[in-house]
Amino acid sequence: MAIDLRTVSITPLRQTFGHLARRMGADKPASRYIEATMDLQPVENFHYRPTWEPQYDIFDQTRTKITMKDWYALKDPRQYYYGAWTLARGRMQEIAEGDFDLVDEMGLAAAYPAAGKDEALKVFLPLRHVAWGSNLNKAYVSSYGYGIAISQAACYASMDQLGVAQYVTRLGMAFNDLDSLADAKAAWLNGAEWHELRRYVEDLMVEKDWFEVLVAQDFALEGLLYPLIYERFNEKLNAAYGPVFSMLTRFQREWYGETTKWMDSVLKVAGADNADNKAQLAAWIKHWRDRAVVALKPVAALAFGAEADAVMDELVQNLNARAAKAGIAL
Amino acid sequence: MDMKVAKKLGLKERYSLMTRDLAWDTTFHKMEDVFPQTTYEGIKIHDWDKWEDPFRLTMDAYWKYQSEKERKLYAILDGFNQNNGHLSVTDARYINVLKLFLGSTPPLELMAARGFSMMGRQMNGAGPRVACQMQAVDEYRHFQTQIHSISNYNKYYNGMDEFAHQQSRMWYLSDGKSFFDDAITAGPFEFMVAIGFAFEYVLTNILFVPFISGAAYNGDMAAMTVGFSAQSDEARHMTLGLECIKFMLEQDPDNLPIVQRWIDKWTWRGTRKLASVGMMMDYMLPKRIMSFKEAWEMYVEDNGGSLFKDLARYGITIPKCFSQTIEEKEHVSHQSWIGFYMKPEATPFHTWIPTPDEMDWLSEKYPNTFDQYYRPVLEYLDQQEKAGNRFNNKTAPMNCQVCVSTMKFNEPGDPMEMCFRESIYNGEKFHTCSDHCKEIFDNEPEKYVQTFISSHQVLQGNCEPDGTDVNVPDFKPGQNMLDYWKLDKRALGDFNGSEDQKNFAQWREQATKN
Repeated sequence: MAIDLRTVSITPLRQTFGHLARRMGADKPASRYIEATMDLQPVENFHYRPTWEPQYDIFDQTRTKITMKDWYALKDPRQYYYGAWTLARGRMQEIAEGDFDLVDEMGLAAAYPAAGKDEALKVFLPLRHVAWGSNLNKAYVSSYGYGIAISQAACYASMDQLGVAQYVTRLGMAFNDLDSLADAKAAWLNGAEWHELRRYVEDLMVEKDWFEVLVAQDFALEGLLYPLIYERFNEKLNAAYGPVFSMLTRFQREWYGETTKWMDSVLKVAGADNADNKAQLAAWIKHWRDRAVVALKPVAALAFGAEADAVMDELVQNLNARAAKAGIAL
Repeated sequence: MDMKVAKKLGLKERYSLMTRDLAWDTTFHKMEDVFPQTTYEGIKIHDWDKWEDPFRLTMDAYWKYQSEKERKLYAILDGFNQNNGHLSVTDARYINVLKLFLGSTPPLELMAARGFSMMGRQMNGAGPRVACQMQAVDEYRHFQTQIHSISNYNKYYNGMDEFAHQQSRMWYLSDGKSFFDDAITAGPFEFMVAIGFAFEYVLTNILFVPFISGAAYNGDMAAMTVGFSAQSDEARHMTLGLECIKFMLEQDPDNLPIVQRWIDKWTWRGTRKLASVGMMMDYMLPKRIMSFKEAWEMYVEDNGGSLFKDLARYGITIPKCFSQTIEEKEHVSHQSWIGFYMKPEATPFHTWIPTPDEMDWLSEKYPNTFDQYYRPVLEYLDQQEKAGNRFNNKTAPMNCQVCVSTMKFNEPGDPMEMCFRESIYNGEKFHTCSDHCKEIFDNEPEKYVQTFISSHQVLQGNCEPDGTDVNVPDFKPGQNMLDYWKLDKRALGDFNGSEDQKNFAQWREQATKN
């Protein structure tokens, strides 16, 4: 049964802002995501050229090889404006907090078999630096990307990666092992297993095309790294020792599942805009996918030993399938 | 054993492990290639590790606090909108404050978001980078919550619907646009002084507090809640700006003259930007908080004064413009309001002559200037309006080449004389509104010759509605400014007789009587 509450009803003069009505093709109410995103970045009448890169305008479409008829077509399917994003992350952190508390209260970390712990920590802990690099590279995309649709999504993803770096750090702390964090940093800086991955991340720190950085970091690298570690490696540890690491990396797994939707949608829309984009995206994906495989194989070997190649092959197939689904033929 | 070690970590060590310990010096590429922007301004940093984190907030805590704030904020906005909260404001004139705010503030918060993202990428110390990134994402929050809180007003009142289009085109918004364009195109350290320090620290109280208190005093729960909800973010931003100044000054004595020049420059640029806040406080709020002059004394002279006393140990002196701002506090709000009143066909908000009661309030608050200089002008304008001869200045204004304000401020020491300055650069003459803007121009003429001044651009055919052919033989520039601005005629001119005035009265009647 419906309860019919009454309010004083006043007929509005208009339903939304002019730029949104023109965009939607009708004067109708716009969602908070649309209001917070569309057509807000200045595009004209800039006063000055950047002293740091005078060849460009403050916001400049030519900072990437990708071209778009409408940069706001790169919408976020999650519809994350700040409020929606922070509420979603607020829920995830609450769950993560519960997991960390539970592990602590029940002494699950202390009870974890020593062999498993060593095996796990040497794979997980250097990843805090990878996430830190990802934070920086996504900050590049949010700084120089064109339009608020992409800049805000990249900004949130960048902060997410700072969160991931901190969760991985807390994972080290949950095992009460500050030495292992120091060892992991030494391995990251000097260990042969991490050499190529660090090169990959650092190469992106000097890459100037922001869209290429996005493809290389978010699609190629994270598209292989996250399933490799936070899915496959966790499954392996779960089977051998119990699910503690799966609990303490739940944030990363959920983040990846969710962020993939955004990334795939960006690829699909950019590729659909024109044939040059499609070809460029395919070229970038192939190039960076192959480099990511080189970068990740030693890490996969650390995690999976002799099975590493087989696992990587399968993940590459999955990544190719994601590209194909986004309409990018490799 | 290990267990104890972890538990004993202090907040500072823990935070360090969560931020700067994550960073490393790159080896495949030189650090100066990864962070190419932090040397060309001449600021010398010897040890980025000496940066003191101004706040220690990890992402999990950030998400926890911010999501609680967002949940409350949007619940209040929804309630306010559902219950026709717009009809509970003191007087429909108040809504013009929101029009001024929507055009001038969210677009600048957006620039702050983009600018701090750039700082969060370019600073090569891990500490400042994280702090800047957090401010960047906060600034997304601020422009979005501001738009969301005003969105419902836009449905009922005129003049707010084209703010996104107008942000880069409207003549009176180009002072704010030039302010942020100037900061974002400067190097990262100057940006931090401009926005992080001058804007967010020295001037934030007189920018932010009057709008939010104005909302609270005038029954606007939507804007008020947005402001209160942003308060703890702003407190973080202030500590970042201050830390950045201290850090630069502690790193090398050679930094002092550069930082001092920036403080002088940006305090003045910010002051010019505040003229419109002044007129909002003194003329546009039906229920006033205090006069602009009183606010200036409290927030700038007293608070700012003690801040600069505190910085004296680093060799920083009070900004050069300080004494001029103290003289101007008695004038700028009146000059601005009269200036806007005189251009009834060029703004998306209404103007009006203050009521006799309001004039008396202004006399009381401005005993040295109002009756002598401004009451006679307002009374004359009122007379003319009532006689059917409403003043309408249709000429394009002359603007300052630096701050882009229209020339309307008086010569220091002489309220009856308008102030003009000029500089010659490459054989061409450039006009500025004051000694301080002239000095800014003369320091970096190659930058300020670029300023986009719409009263010049319009004559070159650069301010025409999209699709206009400026090459047709009988083309007359500037004939279609309303279209170029997408300015709704209903939003123009006098409040008295406006659609807003009528609708508000009728709706309030409908909402409160049977």
